[in-house]
Amino acid sequence: MSFLQINETLLRGFGLTCLIFIITLAVAIPLGLILSFGIMSKISPLRKILNVFIWIIRGIPLMLQIFMVYYLPGILNNGVSFWGDVDKYFYFNYGIENGGALLAVLISFIINYACYFAVIFRGGIQSVSRGQTEAGMVLGLTKKQIFRKVILFQVIKKITPPMSNEIITLVKDTALANAIGIVETIRAAQNFASGFPPVIWPIFYSGVFYLLFVGFLTVLFNFLEKKLSFYKE
Amino acid sequence: MAYLEIKDFRKTFGNNNVLKGISLSVEKGEVLSIIGSSGSGKTTLLRCMNFLETPDTGVMILDGETLFDAEKDKKIKENALREKRLNFGLVFQSFNLFPQYSVMDNITLAPLLQLKERCKKDKTVNFAEGKQKILAEAEQLLEKIGLTEKAAEYPYQLSGGQQQRVAIARALALKPKILCFDEPTSALDPELTGEVLKVIRSLKGEDRTMIIVTHEMGFAKNVSDKVVFMAQGVIEEEGAPKDVFDNPKSEKLKAFLSGIKDKEGE
Repeated sequence: MSFLQINETLLRGFGLTCLIFIITLAVAIPLGLILSFGIMSKISPLRKILNVFIWIIRGIPLMLQIFMVYYLPGILNNGVSFWGDVDKYFYFNYGIENGGALLAVLISFIINYACYFAVIFRGGIQSVSRGQTEAGMVLGLTKKQIFRKVILFQVIKKITPPMSNEIITLVKDTALANAIGIVETIRAAQNFASGFPPVIWPIFYSGVFYLLFVGFLTVLFNFLEKKLSFYKE
Repeated sequence: MAYLEIKDFRKTFGNNNVLKGISLSVEKGEVLSIIGSSGSGKTTLLRCMNFLETPDTGVMILDGETLFDAEKDKKIKENALREKRLNFGLVFQSFNLFPQYSVMDNITLAPLLQLKERCKKDKTVNFAEGKQKILAEAEQLLEKIGLTEKAAEYPYQLSGGQQQRVAIARALALKPKILCFDEPTSALDPELTGEVLKVIRSLKGEDRTMIIVTHEMGFAKNVSDKVVFMAQGVIEEEGAPKDVFDNPKSEKLKAFLSGIKDKEGE
C-alpha cells in the first residue's frame, strides 16, 4: 500500500468529515438562533420545555444520541427501521452508500450543536445592555431593525470566541460518526489497521488532517476577531 | 389647552406603586424640569411619556391629539407605539450610543432607516436626495454640538460629555416635538457636565419644548420655565423656578433642597 493510496483513502474519509461539519454548522446555527429565542421567550411553558430539552441533549453523550437516532426507530417498530429505505433512496438516486446512517448522524449532530449554540446565543444577546434596545425604540426603530441593525452585530462580536471553541470541537466530534459505520477519516484509517497485512501508522497520521483543518479555522477566527475589534464597548 | 397634557398617570410594578396619579402640562417652547430624590418616580414618568413603559391609567394629549388613553390602549400594538414614540426624543443617563457605529452613523441611522421605509411605500421619494439632506442636517447638528471633527470616530473614543452631546444630536436628528432628558449629566464627571448643559441651554434658545429630569439644581433653576418636584410618586409642588427654589412651601421640598445645599456645602 503506497503512501499516496493511503492518502487518497484518508482524504475520501476526510471529505465525509468535512461534509458532516459543514452541514451541521449550516443547519445548527440558524436552528440554535431560533432555540435561543425560545429559551428567552416570555411564554413560560415553552421556556421550561426547551430548557429541559437542552438539559437532556447536553447531558447525554453525543455518541449515545447517535445510537438513539439510528437504532431506536427500529427497536420501537419490531425491528423494522426506515433507515434501510433511506439507504436505498440515497443509493439509487445519488449513488451514496450508507445514506441512512449519514442522515442519522447529521440529525444527531444538528440537534446537539443547536442546543449548545442556543445557550451561547442567549448569553450573547442578553449581554447586550437593555439600553441599546431602548435607544433603538425611542429612535422609532422596529423590533426587527433593532435586532438586525443594533443588537446582532454586538452579539456576533461577543460570541465569536465561544463559538470558535464550539466549532473547533465539532471538527473532532465528527469522528463519532464512525460509531454507526460512517467511513470518515478515523474509520478510514482504522480500516488499514484491521486489513491484511495490517498497517497501523495511518491511524496516527490521520490526526494531521484534523490539525490542518483546525489550524485553518484558528486563522480564520483570529482574522474575524481582529476585524471585529474596530470598536470597544 | 396646553401643548402637552398628562392626566392622572399611574404605574405600579408588582407591589411597588411608582406613580400615584401624575398630572402636568407643558406649553410649546417651554422647558420643564422635574426634580426629586431618587425613587420618586421621575424617570418612570419620563419613560411612560416615551412609551418605554405603559401607564396603568391616564391620558396623554399632545398638540390637541390624544396620544395615549389607558382605557383604550391597554393592548396597544408595538407598531402603533413606535409611531407615537417619534413625537418624543429621549436622551438617556447612560448615553446608549451604538458602539459599532461612528458618530455620524449613530446620528443618521434612524433617519436613513425611516427614509428607506418611505421610499418603499412611495416610489416618488428619491433616496439619494433624501440621504443627502439627512447627511447635511447631521453635519449641522454636529456643528451645533461642537463635534464636527469627531464625525468618523467611534463612541469609545469620545469622553462621556462628548458621547452625551452625540446622543443629544442623535435625538434631534428625528425632529421630535418634545425632547426629554433623563438625568443627562448624572453619569458624567463634574468637569464634563458643563459642556452638556451648555448644549441643552443652547436648545432652549431655539424654542424647543423640553422636559428635563435632573439633579443639577442650579441648571434647573436658570434654564426652566417651570419646575415640578416629585416625591413618592406624586407631584408635591410645582411652579416657576424662583418660587420652587426660593420659596418652597411643602416640608418635603424644603427638606430636599436643604439636603442638596448641605451636600454642595461639603
